Amino acid sequence: MQTVEDTKPCFPLFNDPEYQDLLARKREQWEEMPSKDKVAETFAWTTSQEYQDLNFKREALTINPAKVCQPLGGALCGMGFEKTMVYIHGSQGCVAYFRTYFNRHFKEPIAFIADSMTEDAAVFGGQKNVHEGLQNATKLYGAKMIAVCTTCIAEVIGDDLGAFIGNARKEGNVEKDFPIPYANTPSFVGSHITGWDNMFEGIVSYFTQTTMDGKVVGSNKKINIVPGFETYLGNYRVIKRMLKEMDVDYTFLCDPEEVLDTPANGEYEMYAGGTTIDEVKDAPNAITTFMLQPTSLEKSKKFVEGTWNHEVPKINIPMGVEWTDEFLMKVSEVTGKPIPASLLKERGRLVDMMTDSHAWLHGKKMAVFGDPDFLLGLVKVMLELGIEPTHILCNNSNKRWEKRMKALLESSPYGVHGKVYAGCDLWHLRSLCFTDKPDFIVGSTYGKTIQRDTLHKGPEFEVPLIRLGFPIFDRHHLHRMTTLGYEGGMYLVTTLTNAVLELLDEKTKLMNNTDYNYDIVR
Amino acid sequence: MAKLRQCAIYGKGGIGKSTTTQNLVAALAEAGKKVMIVGCDPKADSTRLILHAKMQNTVMQLAADAGSVEDLELEDVLQVGFKGIKCAESGGPEPGVGCAGRGVITAINFLEEEGAYDEELDFVFYDVLGDVVCGGFAMPIREGKAQEIYIVVSGEMMAMYAANNIAKGIVKYANSGGVRLAGLICNSRKTDREDELIMALAEKIGTQMIHFVPRDNAVQHAEIRRMTVIEYDPNHKQANEYRALAQKIVDNKKFVIPNPLEMEELEELLMEFGIMEVEDEAIVGKTAAELAA
Repeated sequence: MQTVEDTKPCFPLFNDPEYQDLLARKREQWEEMPSKDKVAETFAWTTSQEYQDLNFKREALTINPAKVCQPLGGALCGMGFEKTMVYIHGSQGCVAYFRTYFNRHFKEPIAFIADSMTEDAAVFGGQKNVHEGLQNATKLYGAKMIAVCTTCIAEVIGDDLGAFIGNARKEGNVEKDFPIPYANTPSFVGSHITGWDNMFEGIVSYFTQTTMDGKVVGSNKKINIVPGFETYLGNYRVIKRMLKEMDVDYTFLCDPEEVLDTPANGEYEMYAGGTTIDEVKDAPNAITTFMLQPTSLEKSKKFVEGTWNHEVPKINIPMGVEWTDEFLMKVSEVTGKPIPASLLKERGRLVDMMTDSHAWLHGKKMAVFGDPDFLLGLVKVMLELGIEPTHILCNNSNKRWEKRMKALLESSPYGVHGKVYAGCDLWHLRSLCFTDKPDFIVGSTYGKTIQRDTLHKGPEFEVPLIRLGFPIFDRHHLHRMTTLGYEGGMYLVTTLTNAVLELLDEKTKLMNNTDYNYDIVR
Repeated sequence: MAKLRQCAIYGKGGIGKSTTTQNLVAALAEAGKKVMIVGCDPKADSTRLILHAKMQNTVMQLAADAGSVEDLELEDVLQVGFKGIKCAESGGPEPGVGCAGRGVITAINFLEEEGAYDEELDFVFYDVLGDVVCGGFAMPIREGKAQEIYIVVSGEMMAMYAANNIAKGIVKYANSGGVRLAGLICNSRKTDREDELIMALAEKIGTQMIHFVPRDNAVQHAEIRRMTVIEYDPNHKQANEYRALAQKIVDNKKFVIPNPLEMEELEELLMEFGIMEVEDEAIVGKTAAELAA
């Protein structure tokens, strides 16, 4: 019974006999559940090799995708520009979804708007929605820029966004020169990383495509940084810090670090920080542009190379020791600025940490899932630490990623057992965790159902989840952490090592049983 | 290299768009032009005469087989036929299911992203199903794609209605972008005073009849061999007609925002040429018995 004096939350309240009784009756009378034996038998079957073979033959169905849709990525990109309102041409439900998705990850209010396409808009096209929506949006939200992306409905009916926005200007719904970059981001193609790439290209091409006269590569002596779909706020901060320490002037092209981490001081800030329009306009004058997620930014890269004439450095995502070295050395090379002692020291600290923890991590088998570049970086870190990545699963990969990942695994003796699963979902990974059990799964919150399912088979089958990636809904503030640079390496070593140690404590805490290894010092 | 010209061919269903397009393109290729045809029709019959194929594998069919469009390579969908003409077909679903318009959008985006529009090309022709019915079939005339629209028409009433409707669609897109009507191609059905009629129609809409293609069985003879006349029988007089059309398109400078007719104007024109009877209001709604009385 719930009482005011002793208010219990969901757990353990529902374990009280009255609720247990109620739930049992509900199951019996209404749920038409098959017998417990049948459920157990089916569960056991889903853990078998036979089931896995069938599972991997699956063609038309995705179960528990490890990716989100394009407009979500487009929206994150739009947020990274100064006073920019993200405007989604489509139904309200889509936008509500994007907002809650980011709310849950960043624990921040998220302001996006939709132009509420309904059935009539689907039949007659969404031009009227765009006209009215832009008119309202420019009046209500005090934005300096409106970044428009699309959802399935607008894409299926083939709405011509460029023409609609042009017509809105002609008819006076928005001022002629109000910045409205846009991108087509059909949800049924690619994933959130494609959407980010498309929106980025939309924004930079809007401000620079027709104004390239007089632009001289290198004239502003800065470098541009393009983060890609990046949700670790610490990653924006660490790159800025490292560049500052190197005394390198830079422009972060898309920087949502402030708006996704506003202080609670009594004032609601709809916009905060972000790349300014002037910075975007000046970006072609930079020495070059660094793409921090090189396999996920094809369209942006093409634009930067083709229109800005930048020679985009061929680097990997700066994760771990070697690839951070590579990034910093490249920055040093193109700017002529030396790598300062402070960063060398930081590198040394990371290497020290890695050697301290190495004994615990060596030979640990880990399954990983997430976005393509993040996975490349994470696997690289694992190989540097002596961890053996066993199942590497990427739902939104491409062929080039697959090749790169395989080459990376081949580069290290710890990679020989690594298998690459491109285009697979978390239901595939669930099968793999039963038939070829790793010590841990590393990935987003959505990996937790696999942990539960493996535990259900028996304690010795449980595969614990280490939360790294996006989204992380069920732990707080991890989005503020850092995975890039030496600092990011430190966070990764700490996270991975402590997960290993926590699991060891968990297994060895039984008195007079396993506690011979329940040690104070590890 | 000259600037790439992108042209879309529209017209009433069954008017001979695909046949005309392929013969025209064959004539252009024969004259040394680098051309690509993009079939925007689920029937996928826009390239068969160039490739001598029953039906080219379409982008959408190949995508369905491969799992998704992202799994395709350009060489899977782009085939090369007569005189180096590049051919692609968007394809689409069976009637009654799915969205054919989306198929067109997907296919054109794929071709663009994969670099099918290379610098060598002089012309791209989009052969588009029937009327502009939805955003998908309007895709070829969006900003940055086809700038010239040719409408295939004949002296038949419904073909002219359709041409006028297409002109209405073009006006809508012309106002927001650079697309222009470039002319009517009369594909003769041997109706009375057909050339005069189409010229009159063209004048009223504000465009030109760019060429009158006479009806000739040579086209059918070639077609049953899955060939264009240009290839099958290059010395035939009909081949010269397509060559003339091709040359006129190469030289064409008359690109206009059309001025489509109101229904009444169109009917007047048809009556003037005797295609439509003058309406007798007295007989409307009267049964045969009443009229006999």
